[in-house]
Amino acid sequence: MLQGIIGRKLGMTQIFRENGETEAVTAITAGPCAVIQVKTAAKEGYKAVQLGFGEAKRLKSPQRGHLKELGQFRHLREFRVDDVAAVTVGDRVDVSLFKEGDRVDVTGVSKSKGFAGVVKRHHFAGGPKTHGQSDRHRHPGSIGATTSPGRVLKGMRMAGRMGGERVTVRHLEVFQADPDRNLLLVKGAVPGNENGLLLISKSGGGK
Amino acid sequence: MNMASLFETKPNPNIPTFVSGDTVKVRSKVVEGDKERIQVFQGVVIRVRNSGVSSSFTVRRVTYGVGVERTFPFYSPRVESVEIVRHGKTRRAKLYYLRGRSAKAARIKERRLSPQELAREQEEAEKRGQELESAREVEDAPTLEEEIEEAPTLEREPGSN
Repeated sequence: MLQGIIGRKLGMTQIFRENGETEAVTAITAGPCAVIQVKTAAKEGYKAVQLGFGEAKRLKSPQRGHLKELGQFRHLREFRVDDVAAVTVGDRVDVSLFKEGDRVDVTGVSKSKGFAGVVKRHHFAGGPKTHGQSDRHRHPGSIGATTSPGRVLKGMRMAGRMGGERVTVRHLEVFQADPDRNLLLVKGAVPGNENGLLLISKSGGGK
Repeated sequence: MNMASLFETKPNPNIPTFVSGDTVKVRSKVVEGDKERIQVFQGVVIRVRNSGVSSSFTVRRVTYGVGVERTFPFYSPRVESVEIVRHGKTRRAKLYYLRGRSAKAARIKERRLSPQELAREQEEAEKRGQELESAREVEDAPTLEEEIEEAPTLEREPGSN
């Protein structure tokens, strides 16, 4: 049984309920996806399903061979599946997979922030703003001791590239799933820019 | 597919077109315990923020020497209706400068409407009248008492120690 679907972030908006309360939701256009390949423990060493999403204008010859008659898909992504026997190549999946109130995990690539300092990147407090301070307002402070250990410890939080990495937001509530429009509304925010590719899967056990 | 086309947004027919500087009377539904009533808030519109379904406007009034500002969403079902009391003439869209002023300095000149504006207002009112009647036929709406909001009796502006 398939647990996930590929989508694209449309953006956020708010929705008024009858009683005037608002709900901040993210709109995602998801699916329809087709099963392109089923990976088995015997052959590939792990169990997964490869889904295709989005329309490609042109395909290079290797991709055409891989997709065969399944359609012109632009994006291929894998989802781990326990029971691969229940899925066959060519199966279709759309947002009817989810219904209102379901919990989903949404994976995407976070917005890239470039080279960011420690205040933004690691939420350091920075230095004092007054009392004779100069040029130390957003500095990291000390990064270690002197001769012992005589080096900077590995993993020390410093300035550097921030964002643009794979992020999963877990346990978001589905506000609405509309298979007619391939539209999925999820409460709260999801990673990445608008038009960013998202992987949406049912939240596993827990809670 | 883009965001704007996702949802149908139906403007509240009881909210006429107004601009910042106008004095308006806003009727909004307030829930107290298990009772619902309508609260009236009258003041000067100091900001109109256009942002699709999130559009809102801010009304400022001074009660008992205390400046009170309330922001209402245009599309909220809690906003019952808006009535224009007076048209104001201003040179800017956001009237934040009123916050630092009081009494005479915070006055806004009255604006005479152009023939086009008058026609538009007339048209909106007619539309409202029709739609109100049709709404009354359908549902037997419970009559709600109107109450002017009570303000705390403080004798000074916030932030002016």
